[in-house]
Amino acid sequence: MARKSKGNNSVTIYPDWCKGCGICVEFCPQKVLGLNDQGKATVVREANCIRCGFCELHCPDFAIVVKNKEEPVEVEMENGTPKPKAKAKPKAKGKGA
Amino acid sequence: MSKFAGNEIIHQYLRHNKKFPHVLCAGCGHGIVLGTLIRSIHSLGIPKDDVVVVAGIGCSGRLAVYVDFNTIHTTHGRALSFATGIKMANPRLNVICLMGDGDALSIGGNHLIHAARRNIGVTALVLNNNIYGMTGGQSSPATPEGATTMTNPYGQLDKSFDTVELARGAGANFVARGTVFHVNRLEKIMVQAIERPGFSLVEAITPCHTQFGRKNKYKSPVDMYNWLKKTAITVERYNELPENKREGRLPIGVFVERDRIGFEEQYYAMQRQLLKPAAKGGK
Amino acid sequence: MPRRKKRKEIFALGNEAVVEGALLAGCSFYGGYPITPSSEIMEIMAARLPKIEGGVFLQLEDEIASMGAIIGASLAGRKAMTATSGPGFSLMQENLGYAIMAEAPLVLVNVMRGGPSTGLPTSPAQADVQQARWGTHGDHPIIVLSASNVQECLDMTITAFNMAEKYRTPVILLLDEVTSHTREKIEIPNAGEYEVFSRTVPSMPPEWYKPYEETVRGVPPMPPVGSGYRFHVTGLTHDRNGFPTQRPEEIVELLERIHRKIDQFFYDIQLVEEIRTEDAEVCVIAYGSVARSAELAVQQARDNGVKAGLLKLKTLFPYPRRHQEKILAKARTIIVPEMNMGQISREVKRVNMGRASVRTINRIDGRIVAPSEILKVIMQG
Repeated sequence: MARKSKGNNSVTIYPDWCKGCGICVEFCPQKVLGLNDQGKATVVREANCIRCGFCELHCPDFAIVVKNKEEPVEVEMENGTPKPKAKAKPKAKGKGA
Repeated sequence: MSKFAGNEIIHQYLRHNKKFPHVLCAGCGHGIVLGTLIRSIHSLGIPKDDVVVVAGIGCSGRLAVYVDFNTIHTTHGRALSFATGIKMANPRLNVICLMGDGDALSIGGNHLIHAARRNIGVTALVLNNNIYGMTGGQSSPATPEGATTMTNPYGQLDKSFDTVELARGAGANFVARGTVFHVNRLEKIMVQAIERPGFSLVEAITPCHTQFGRKNKYKSPVDMYNWLKKTAITVERYNELPENKREGRLPIGVFVERDRIGFEEQYYAMQRQLLKPAAKGGK
Repeated sequence: MPRRKKRKEIFALGNEAVVEGALLAGCSFYGGYPITPSSEIMEIMAARLPKIEGGVFLQLEDEIASMGAIIGASLAGRKAMTATSGPGFSLMQENLGYAIMAEAPLVLVNVMRGGPSTGLPTSPAQADVQQARWGTHGDHPIIVLSASNVQECLDMTITAFNMAEKYRTPVILLLDEVTSHTREKIEIPNAGEYEVFSRTVPSMPPEWYKPYEETVRGVPPMPPVGSGYRFHVTGLTHDRNGFPTQRPEEIVELLERIHRKIDQFFYDIQLVEEIRTEDAEVCVIAYGSVARSAELAVQQARDNGVKAGLLKLKTLFPYPRRHQEKILAKARTIIVPEMNMGQISREVKRVNMGRASVRTINRIDGRIVAPSEILKVIMQG
């Protein structure tokens, strides 16, 4: 995986979901994000993003989406549940009855 | 393709007819735990219909309503007893309990130890924020000694519970601890916990800045995440530390892995045994 | 007339009859905690349920967990019950309120004993009547049934399950220690001789389903958890989708519906037995084991030429008001014998509104109300 593909990535922030806690801004290793005058996260240096995923994983409000511009994630649905990409091993717990 | 399921996938698990952002405060770790839970369920490929999220009362209890699973918001501390009923009634379901530290350790302490002892096939997720958040910041059994809270304005005197040791002692099949800063590790733990039959408990340390941090010298939510980053240490490394250096460090990782089969499996196996001779032409 | 198929007869304890009734009604889940004098229900369930395909018996850590587990099982589609007594009943009250709010059908048997607190564990009383009505916090409707003999224990347990399922509500069956520990001959009805009602499940596609929507009867259909209808269940006031709400109009809609679904079916829920009440000038209103004493007293009074009658309450709440109104047309005296300080007599007086003279007989010493005591008061007129 070309994870450190600088310049290939887009960072989207949903301003109406962002509560401005500042976690993404503080811990972004490339200082891609900043806080705007409303106190909400905003993208400052998108070109620097290495798609490490920290902000996306740590956003408590699910308000950040980081995408690879070349390979956008396509969410496949199966009976209303998104299909896992990796080697799926559906395994329910405890088949009692 | 990224290694993890990003928020685009998480959004598919949220209830679209529910108002977002959720009710929790800015910087609250509960949202991260919820995201991690969704990711672990997603990576296991469990259909939404087969997941039951049973939540207690408090901030953690409010999480259930946002996810598109079968969700049940129960009474304070009783989530595990509801979950036990559901699992026994329909063992095919994956039952996950969301509880806070007050929920699981204080009012629901009895249910926690007995669920662990019984080894019912439920995954208990204890979101430990060291405080009663929703009711306004009163001391919980997980509030650290010396901390200031609304009900301990001169400092907490009593010792706090160690959730991991409690669950270990009560006989849980799987016990682990993670933090919302170490999200990938937490996800791995959760996947293991959900997969493993029998009772599994995961303690997720999640900071509450509004009710705990502000009164205990953490200036912003970010400070609390820095505190997690500084104090958390893997259990393997923790065990190597000399005794005098362990003070104030928070071991994370998997603590207990046992292989007892779940209570519901035991019960239905007994039932199959009992029904066998009856088929021969008993009554 | 076609000859009735002979019924199986057994010699059973009241508590045993409860189990028989529950199993006939389709109960497949029992969660409980032992307590005198209800423990036999639990013990017999422990022996019977595991031998029924899918039947679950679960001993829990306390009465709070018992209620939690049976609500969980009920949500997962089972007909579930628990049994308890005085102190355990107090512990169940919180989750009982949850079951009312979440509209989870279940049956709670409370074998009453003397109180308060540990009180008189092995002696009869009828001290939990008003607790059964108002025990859990908040305004709520409730169905409370009672039984006065062992056959009725069986019949009323079936009725309790049917009402729970029909109205999506918890139903309390109040027994007293005398009824539950009396052993007598009972008939077990054959299949088809009794009604079994199971909750309505939704038939619309899941995306159209609203879990708490208004319906004609006020009772929304209820799918078991995990059947493809994903929805939210909560003890908070909720809207039609089951999501928590604080909007006044939605709160009113929900709470009014929960009340109305029971209020508008009084004729179906209020069960009584009228014994010689048609011309009764002195009428006894009784329930539970006391009703048996009262029946004998009424007979003896009739033998002595007094126009006495008995209104035996099988449903305690919603209180059978119209049945009392009916006897008030003739009766000049109403006698209410109870093994408490006067709990159902409050209801009697409320309906009476000064029309007849209401006399109470109260025993709180753990002894039954004897027929002679009731007869004495009847003869005083």
